[in-house]
Amino acid sequence: MTYLAKPKFHHPGLPKNALGYTHRDYEGSISTLCAGCGHDSITAAIIEACFELSIEPHKVAKISGIGCSSKTPTYFLGNSHGFNSVHGRMPSVLTGANLANRDLIYLGVSGDGDSASIGFGQFAHAIRRGVNMVYIVENNGVYGLTKGQFSATADRGSKSKRGLVNSDSAIDLVGIALQLGATYVARSFSGDKDQLVPLIKGAIEHEGAAFIDVISPCVAFNNHAGSTKSFDYVREHNEAVNRLDVITGRAPIKVDYAPGSVQVVEQHDGTKLLLRKLNADYDVSDRLAAMTFMQSHAAKGQIVTGLIYLDREPEDLHGNLNTVTAPLNALTDADLCPGSAALEKINASLR
Amino acid sequence: MPASPICSVNDFVVRFANVNGSGSASANELFARAVLRMGIPVSPRNIFPSNIQGLPTWYEVRISGDGHLGARGGVDLMVAMNPQTWDKDVTSIEPGGYLLYDSTKPLPTSKFREDITVIGVPLTAICNKEYSEPRQRQLFKNIIYLGALSALLDMDVAEIEKLFGEQFRGKEKLIPPNVNALKLGRDWALQNLKCPIGIRLKRSDAVGDRIFLEGNSAAALGAVYGGATVCAWYPITPSSSLADAFTRHCNRLRVDAESKQNKFAIVQAEDELASIGVVIGAGWNGARAFTATSGPGISLMQEFIGLAYFAEIPAVIFDVQRAGPSTGMPTRTQQCDVITCAYASHGDTKHVLLFPENPTECFEFGAHAFDLADRLQTPVFVLLDLEIGMNHHLCRPLKWDDSRRMDRGKVMTAADLDAGKDFGRYLDVDGDGIPFRTYPGTHPTRGSFFTRGTSRDRYARYTEEGAPYADNMQRLLRKFETAKDLVPRPLQANSGKPTKYGVIYYGSTSPAMDEAIHMIEAAGHNLDRLRIRAFPFHSSVASFIADHDFVYVVEQNRDAQLRSLIVNECSIDPVRLVPILHYDGTPITARFIARAIGDHIDTLKVTPLRKLVS
Repeated sequence: MTYLAKPKFHHPGLPKNALGYTHRDYEGSISTLCAGCGHDSITAAIIEACFELSIEPHKVAKISGIGCSSKTPTYFLGNSHGFNSVHGRMPSVLTGANLANRDLIYLGVSGDGDSASIGFGQFAHAIRRGVNMVYIVENNGVYGLTKGQFSATADRGSKSKRGLVNSDSAIDLVGIALQLGATYVARSFSGDKDQLVPLIKGAIEHEGAAFIDVISPCVAFNNHAGSTKSFDYVREHNEAVNRLDVITGRAPIKVDYAPGSVQVVEQHDGTKLLLRKLNADYDVSDRLAAMTFMQSHAAKGQIVTGLIYLDREPEDLHGNLNTVTAPLNALTDADLCPGSAALEKINASLR
Repeated sequence: MPASPICSVNDFVVRFANVNGSGSASANELFARAVLRMGIPVSPRNIFPSNIQGLPTWYEVRISGDGHLGARGGVDLMVAMNPQTWDKDVTSIEPGGYLLYDSTKPLPTSKFREDITVIGVPLTAICNKEYSEPRQRQLFKNIIYLGALSALLDMDVAEIEKLFGEQFRGKEKLIPPNVNALKLGRDWALQNLKCPIGIRLKRSDAVGDRIFLEGNSAAALGAVYGGATVCAWYPITPSSSLADAFTRHCNRLRVDAESKQNKFAIVQAEDELASIGVVIGAGWNGARAFTATSGPGISLMQEFIGLAYFAEIPAVIFDVQRAGPSTGMPTRTQQCDVITCAYASHGDTKHVLLFPENPTECFEFGAHAFDLADRLQTPVFVLLDLEIGMNHHLCRPLKWDDSRRMDRGKVMTAADLDAGKDFGRYLDVDGDGIPFRTYPGTHPTRGSFFTRGTSRDRYARYTEEGAPYADNMQRLLRKFETAKDLVPRPLQANSGKPTKYGVIYYGSTSPAMDEAIHMIEAAGHNLDRLRIRAFPFHSSVASFIADHDFVYVVEQNRDAQLRSLIVNECSIDPVRLVPILHYDGTPITARFIARAIGDHIDTLKVTPLRKLVS
């Protein structure tokens, strides 16, 4: 069973957001993933991000593929419509949903098997089309539901729980997303909620293709010595380039950090992202530099996390297709049907 | 062997043999249109290779004053412009037929036949004398042979000139050179040849208010009228022109007058899997969405189609069929995806199929498919084929009732949910097997549900229990029963006399069948006819079969796919359904049908051996 109802009562003193909702209003049913699964931490981060942004829960559409990660949309935003589609095909379903109604927030949840193997093509094409979405990959380097086979993001030379050594090169989804024109690219670690929650908030506010690769250790099959996706390994090799705060509204920003250590980035919609720089030389607006930075650190075995790239003026698919501002699914007969008079003219032109 | 030249007014077949990429297509189409403007019904067919330049291509125009629009078979006049196919082209001419060729270079007599009339026109010489630019020489050569034909067949040349005017509206500079080229060919023929020849045209009024268009364009227009807003597709012959036509129609009919913004979204996807994924995502979210593809695309979409069936998401799929299996004959026609579509995807699935007979029905079914998909919350296939989709057909004008409204099916609104209506996504509240759905974003606290391809109970909660799974599968069958009365009914036409024999046919076989019936009756046989227009089959299909001893099922595939579907779904004894199958990639002809059915009836009437012996 992946459906377990959760009791609805809660402490009367739970904090409420601007809409009067508590955290509980953003939860889903009880997770059936393994105890300690990194994915549950990501679920918690999504709930926190939506709560803090005071998003109306039903204005989010959560869409996933197949796999452990793709099961998680059941565990958050219980008042949102969800769609657990087919393996590797979340991006196309999300693209279609987005075309139908541009007013909702589209949250795509996928895994490394779902996005880097069977769905690698769909991942790439949704990114290059600039679909306005939050695309989260819960990346554990392993197929969990089928018990521990390597996925395409497993590092070359890393060891499986059964002792096999992976001889295939790893696919770096962040590198691919950068290359294909994602306008918001981040990487985080499920064990670092403080870093992850603002990154998700920033991605939701971003009006373009936002991609977050979240390293999320699999406690059952990929948390051992020799794995490069274990809690210990990721903690030891984490190279965070910045810390993000997302500031909504028009409140003036007070910065009390050392000069040069903070960068304020205003997004197209007025949202401000406050970046506390951990690496003074890192510039999130330089895509080419970001790609070089990622590659040189990967060569050293370091996992770069934080906001990696941001385009402040993103384009999106609706803009490129020049669609009307009203959602397409709300257009009426009068909007859509040209009627009999137009048809008569067409008939006349065909004689 | 001498044969007397064929003499016929308004009833013959002209075939143009060309090289593709030489610009012949527009000249040939101009010929067909000019005949039509003379009030004479035509049915043109483009026979083309899967290639862009250099390979043989043919354009066949059947002229039929009696209005027969199916392929006839045989050629009365061959316009042989392709040396590559010369021998085959000359062989294909009917005895007593005519050959028009470029006589600039002399050919040995062995290259001709004695039983045909050979008409040489020095096209290249005329052309080279007049034009110096290679491209002009190539293009105007086509117009020059059109000019020669206008004299040989006694065409109304003013109609051709009028068509130039329409074709080059906005580019008027191009009209005089075309008129000049036409005159060059016409004058040469009038001065040097006996005009007209035995086959000729005479102005008539047999066209009426009918229109002339391709099925793909008509289906795309149906999608516009049917309220489709999202189209996702991947290029594949012979369906690409459907998506192209939708784009064209939308640019003209669906751009908001004030904002200049589009009331549609068209995505050329990375493959067919993504195309159907986009369609299903959009359908789930309440937009009317479709894809256009052909057999190989249907194969790729199988997994998603099963999802849409099981999760109950509206989707419209136009399948413009071509000859399979595998890549098959990509530019040849067949009705070979019937079973693939009817039972697409793994597990127990059944899908709604529509079988338009011509562009008019492509338009009607194209629009209706979106109502059916929304009403039934399931994928709906519109099965065209290359013959209907990519050729111009003379057909009834398109009609639209302005009082008609989109049927969005059972959709629960925020007001319904506030009123406390019980919402179970897979709950059958009134016995028709169709549950209510909600669009995402409808209500802050009610009506949300999780859509999945895994089993679930009536309230969309995941379950692997046997009873709710079986309950859901039974409801899907009830829904399919409901569909039988919603889809277009079969059309029956009875023979004037009582008969034990019937014939079932569908789709592009229609015009050939309409013509064949006259031939069959002339041979002294009578047949009642039933044209199936949709699957699931209406109850009248089983009763039609029950009313006859034998029923012929005429199809354009090898394996008698519709017959199998009838046997399977209506529990019919297969012996009672006699397959009549045509599957060489060319469109089925009346001659073929009449011969095949006639032969079978004759075998039935063989006197039993015992009687002969006694």
